[in-house]
Amino acid sequence: MTSGYIAGINGSVIRVKGSRDFKMQEMVAVGKEKLIGEVISINGDGVIVQVYENTTGLRPGEPCVSKEKPMSCTLGPGIIGNIFDGIERPLKYINEKSGAFIARGIDAESLDGEREWDVRILAKTGEQCSEGSIIAEVQETSMVKFKLMIPNGVSGRIAEIKQDGKYKIKDVIAVIDCENGEKKEITLCQEWPIRIPRPVKGRKPISRPLITGQRVIDAILPVAKGGTAAIPGGFGTGKTMTQHQLAKWSDADIIVYIGCGERGNEMTQVLEDFSKLIDPRTGKPLMDRTVLIANTSNMPVAAREASIYTGVTLAEFYRDMGYHVAIMADSTSRWAEALREISGRLEEMPAEEGFPAYLSSRLSGFYERAGYMENLNGTEGSVTIIGAVSPQGSDFSEPVTQNTKRFVRCFWALDKNLAYSRHYPAIHWLNSYSEYIDDLNGWYEKNISPRFMTLRNSIMSILQEESKLMEIVKLIGSDVLPDEQKLILDIARVIRLGFLQQNAYHKDDTYVPLQKQFKMMETILLLRDEMEAVIKLGIPVSQVQNTDLIESVIKVKYNITNDDLSGFDRLNEKIRTVCAEIKSNNGFKRGV
Amino acid sequence: MAVEYMGLSKIEGPLVVLDGVKNASYEEMVEITAEGGEHKWGRIIEVYEDKAVIQVFEGTSGISLTNTKTKLTGKPLEIQLSKEMLGRIFDGIGRPIDGLGDIYPDEMRDINGSPINPVARRYPNNFIQTGISSIDCLNTLIRGQKLPIFSGNGLPHDNLAVQIVRQATLSNGEDDNFAIVFAAMGIKHDVETYFRRSFEESGVLQKVVMFLNLADDPVVERIVTPRCALTAAEYLAFKHNMQVLVIMTDMTSYAEALREISSSKGEIPSRKGYPGYLYSDLASMFERAGIIEGSEGSITQIPILTMPNDDITHPIPDLTGYITEGQIVLDRSLFLKSIYPPVMALSSLSRLMKDGIGEGFTREDHAVLSNQLFSSYARVGDARALASVIGEDELGAIDKLYMKFGREFEEKFIAQGKNENRSIENTLDLGWSLLGILPESELDRVDEATLKKYYKPKEG
Repeated sequence: MTSGYIAGINGSVIRVKGSRDFKMQEMVAVGKEKLIGEVISINGDGVIVQVYENTTGLRPGEPCVSKEKPMSCTLGPGIIGNIFDGIERPLKYINEKSGAFIARGIDAESLDGEREWDVRILAKTGEQCSEGSIIAEVQETSMVKFKLMIPNGVSGRIAEIKQDGKYKIKDVIAVIDCENGEKKEITLCQEWPIRIPRPVKGRKPISRPLITGQRVIDAILPVAKGGTAAIPGGFGTGKTMTQHQLAKWSDADIIVYIGCGERGNEMTQVLEDFSKLIDPRTGKPLMDRTVLIANTSNMPVAAREASIYTGVTLAEFYRDMGYHVAIMADSTSRWAEALREISGRLEEMPAEEGFPAYLSSRLSGFYERAGYMENLNGTEGSVTIIGAVSPQGSDFSEPVTQNTKRFVRCFWALDKNLAYSRHYPAIHWLNSYSEYIDDLNGWYEKNISPRFMTLRNSIMSILQEESKLMEIVKLIGSDVLPDEQKLILDIARVIRLGFLQQNAYHKDDTYVPLQKQFKMMETILLLRDEMEAVIKLGIPVSQVQNTDLIESVIKVKYNITNDDLSGFDRLNEKIRTVCAEIKSNNGFKRGV
Repeated sequence: MAVEYMGLSKIEGPLVVLDGVKNASYEEMVEITAEGGEHKWGRIIEVYEDKAVIQVFEGTSGISLTNTKTKLTGKPLEIQLSKEMLGRIFDGIGRPIDGLGDIYPDEMRDINGSPINPVARRYPNNFIQTGISSIDCLNTLIRGQKLPIFSGNGLPHDNLAVQIVRQATLSNGEDDNFAIVFAAMGIKHDVETYFRRSFEESGVLQKVVMFLNLADDPVVERIVTPRCALTAAEYLAFKHNMQVLVIMTDMTSYAEALREISSSKGEIPSRKGYPGYLYSDLASMFERAGIIEGSEGSITQIPILTMPNDDITHPIPDLTGYITEGQIVLDRSLFLKSIYPPVMALSSLSRLMKDGIGEGFTREDHAVLSNQLFSSYARVGDARALASVIGEDELGAIDKLYMKFGREFEEKFIAQGKNENRSIENTLDLGWSLLGILPESELDRVDEATLKKYYKPKEG
């Protein structure tokens, strides 16, 4: 066993001497308390180790022993519904062991080794199997079926396999006669190094949206399954709130929520809320499809760096079973800051604003682990990554935002002024973009309506037009504008208040199905067309403004429930009738 | 085992370097005796083989390379804790300075504490009534929250903090088991006196623990002052089940002290010379607020920071805002209009508010009302911008109403006396009466039932 001794300590970074046999990215047990660390740099006789726990009290000379394996995750049943820290230690277990405050050097297995799982065997003795083949399954939670896959590097003939029954994660389920003559025992759990992407057969084209039930996202700035998105925004603009909404309502099979350097209370809130909330599609508690990685801002900074990789490794594992997984990473800026802090302690040459020069390659490495994949076992699955970015001073030109922008295809810029007027989600429609619109066009045409994207584009052009007009309004007020332009301002207001703004605390408005989103757009544009027709006849726009049409379209989001969309036909009829009345009151016949 | 080392190899700012030490541990405390026999405390902040870098708390003046004796204590910085601390005054590193002698410690604790396990936290949702409309209605303070006051030099943040301390009551009335921990970092003597006198006048002095590191005290001590205070707060809250309110002022001085030490250590600076770990460092204090399972107590933090040049994007307020659960922003232009408290409604925020208000906590209409007030007041900004270009007389009818609403909102709702204690019902009713200025069609955040019940339009 490789071992050395501690030579120097500086925060979470320690220098180890006494052996030349340490390997890069190997796990080590540091000091007498056996704190967990990882080798991050080797030079000459010295090795640099980052420690995932508080280093107070360590002394030079204490031992440092290699664990002979890279930093890895344990993958097996029991992950879903659980909460882990940045290096996959179970926080519930730690709570039982050390109380409300996290103690150091706790030796905790990631998954409960005593729990018995109901295993259903799918393969037979004598069958050939290869990497990723599914040989058994376990009902892990009410929503997720865990599939036992042959670990990577193993393929051959099944020599022995157990019967259906109850097994613990370390029990041997099958024995494989490998092609190279070795015998491999397969248990319910396996390990995988967190910094290496799990292999796949290939990438598939992106073609399906991740449906979130949030109008500004689904209809205006959609993200695809297997896609990447960033949510940048200053403090108080609602990044976390948006992430929570996505974690609650998006139609992924599994959600991996990474709280990276954020508030402890937020993680508690997710834990409490998600256990109570019911998934609208399956009727089961949301926690049954969610796994939380919590490395709050006061937990050791090195583990914060690892938490992102732990999260994405768990996601890839479930993708390999054929699931659609979505990762919410809140916030990637804290992760970048952890990189900066460690880099600073290593006395590396900084690039922009003290961040290391490898910031951009690390970011791209992370976001590229997203994708819609064909797995080794032939199933299809996807990993979608949605990362929050907390730009310093709300300045989007800072390095983390800029580098993130290069590697994501969906950019949901949160706007301070929208947040100040409590317009949530505060995603600014003009500063944001989605590159998936063309990829997803076909899906929307086929599944919702051929006109979906046309309507979306009309809505966007009205908003575009409004922002130009607002420049003028700021100088001279809106009263002097011609009626055509007043109409645009009115409709844009309907879009902003009635469509883009969404109330996360309203039972119907918190999640809106695509059909309703489409109907809402249709109604708004019908109102525009009808009002336009009125104005074209020379009737002042104020006559329409004085009716309750505009208000009733704005309130549609509350007044028409998600399960009964027939109200739209009545409302559309009302719009037509009222406008026709206005025309006839002004001496124009019906049908003009 | 207490080996004493003679001499040092280097002195730089508040740091000294000691060579040839054995068995030094990271963050261990050391006792330094200067040539004249003066005792100082220091802390090891870096060790490499037999070399230790020591941060000297009382400053390095009077220390020479030769003839300085250094003794390792073998322990990290700990403070003595006991319930007797209530009513006492300590210096920045937890030693009594009120001349009443030592306290008999019930236990000793490492001032760095340990992170609270998120699993063990209880989500805070208990409304604290401060009697201040701009806080109660718009940025509700919740027990277990960390809600900083972002202020500027010369703005009345101290008055506001004192008013909160004096008026804060819990909705369910369990008041007797509270304590206040006050941590002063680099504040002026006058400010300290003001706080002490105010605590005395409101009769809570016996419930206050003060940790003082004033403007002319050693900078290095400033780094540990808030940690001592929070360790005391944790002890009182989680061991003695008390409701603890922690006031920390001024976080800007703290961050500057951190920068000073970081630069003398030769670390690579990030924004504006502050160390790259400023965020983690601030978080290690702010995250010590909260409520945990298995204890009746709670820690609520009100840190005060002065934004350099009133700039909210400066690294200190910026990073603080990312950690804390909202912020109360004081605004100079409101202050110049003689509005007290000059709380800038739009940029202020309370993140925990949504779960602690409404039916069963305050009143059913609270959420809707505050939403509508925010949104209407945001509209006032547009009207004012327009008025400054074309003049108020030229504004449209609606914009004129907004101008009126804006004025009354600031003068009647935001503004209140330094001793005025408004109940939450009064505050909410006041809010509705202001919304009465605006026509119904402008109230787009309110559902019809609530509108019918509370909204009373004003004539003309």
